[in-house]
Amino acid sequence: MNEAFLSFQNVWLAYSPQLLAQGQFAVEAIDLEVKQGEFIAIVGPSGCGKSTFMKLATGLKPPSKGRIMVDGQAVKGPLKISGMAFQAPSLLPWRRTIDNVLLPLEIVEPHRSRFRQEKERYEGKALALLDAVGLKAYAHKYPWQLSGGMQQRVSICRALIHEPKMLLLDEPFGALDAFTREDLWCILRDLWTDQRFNVILVTHDLRESVFLADTVYVMRQSPGRFVAKRSIDLPRPRDLDMTYSAHFTELVHELRTQIGAVRTVSPA
Amino acid sequence: MSRPHFERVSSWILLIAIVIFWQAICSLFQISEFIFPSPVRIFEQFLEHKTTIAAHAWRTFWVTMAGFGLAIVVGVLLGFAIGSSRLAYAAVYPLMTAFNALPKAAFVPILVVWFGIGIGPAILTAFLISFFPIMVNIATGLATLEPELEDVLRVLGAKRWDVLIKIGLPRSMPYFFASLKVAITLAFVGTTVSEMTAANEGIGYLLISAGSAMQMGLAFAGLVVVGAMAMLMYELFSVIEKNTTAWAHRGSQH
Repeated sequence: MNEAFLSFQNVWLAYSPQLLAQGQFAVEAIDLEVKQGEFIAIVGPSGCGKSTFMKLATGLKPPSKGRIMVDGQAVKGPLKISGMAFQAPSLLPWRRTIDNVLLPLEIVEPHRSRFRQEKERYEGKALALLDAVGLKAYAHKYPWQLSGGMQQRVSICRALIHEPKMLLLDEPFGALDAFTREDLWCILRDLWTDQRFNVILVTHDLRESVFLADTVYVMRQSPGRFVAKRSIDLPRPRDLDMTYSAHFTELVHELRTQIGAVRTVSPA
Repeated sequence: MSRPHFERVSSWILLIAIVIFWQAICSLFQISEFIFPSPVRIFEQFLEHKTTIAAHAWRTFWVTMAGFGLAIVVGVLLGFAIGSSRLAYAAVYPLMTAFNALPKAAFVPILVVWFGIGIGPAILTAFLISFFPIMVNIATGLATLEPELEDVLRVLGAKRWDVLIKIGLPRSMPYFFASLKVAITLAFVGTTVSEMTAANEGIGYLLISAGSAMQMGLAFAGLVVVGAMAMLMYELFSVIEKNTTAWAHRGSQH
């Protein structure tokens, strides 16, 4: 089990051949090793290439240089073992909550070909997942009948329904109020504790990253580059009270200093 | 009467008010029916010629429906093609816009040369005038798809086709129904215009022959019938729209 689940080996990405020729990279020299079941967070200022990193990790974009390995295999295209959720819940308004959650199963094999025959089993699975995030009663409501926080929970359920090995979250709680956000931290923590998928959480909320992640990476902007890596040695299970402990504050402060240091570096 | 109920009947009240005003003007100034017939006179002529009008109206109706059906098929296919491919969009859209700017009545003489007098030119004119809004709306619905939504599916290995079927098409349904409401009224215009010069049947033909025989009441009755048919079809598509894409019109339900 020492084998890394996800590894980036000196990965560079330029968005077009012209940019590549000019040496303009969106992210550069990314090196990363993620263990099986590890929860990592990537923090940094807006526009530092966090979303680009997500596109690379899911195989939506091939790297210009370097190598990305997932589960011992080089990434060559969309992986089908990952689920994604974004800042906007982007649910389909014409589908009920449960049908939104089921959407990935209509796409990804082997569920796709079994979907019609085993619809009831899949619906049971979706209901169990909705139950885990406290939304069972809303399964047959439409997304627009739900609050923003509820919609985001549905979006996370949708990302998890096909039991992905890797969950990618791009500022998933960014648009929510502070209380709802902390609720959802706990929901995500519990889901992860339960199922132990890999999580890559992109965020600019340092408390969020420290509360949830095993390892936090700090990114610099233009071009995007990892400048620091910090293991979070807080014991698990973690609860919200811990966010007021001295050690927690220390960790957040330390990361904040890193970001501050990043900002004073003048762009090359 | 409650306000929503009043809103529903408001257009009928307005219609009745206009008819009464019209009648009053005609009676008061004793306007000749050869210039501007009164509603009562139009109604009398309508009853007198009701079998003739019904036959012409039926002809106009099914010809319009044929042209409109063709417009839906071609409009949806073209809209699908140019909405799902940026190359097709860049290539086809400017030409389609130029084509749409041409007056469709100008095509009628050409169509007569190709297909002769009768249903051919009428169906094709109805089609030519009404497919454009359908095409544009389908294309818009597909082309304005949110990239995040696309990523969610592409990460799962979805092909372009999956994204179009699962998200693109349902998403463009409100645009589609909105375009049908515009297109059906245009289709009636197309048929009537074509029948005026290139048919021996239909409301358009009736308008011309009644006009040349100075039967103004009959001509107006024909106009009323086209208007009524277009309105009925419009309402039909409104009902279908409300029942199939309620999710897009939720604002009005509260």
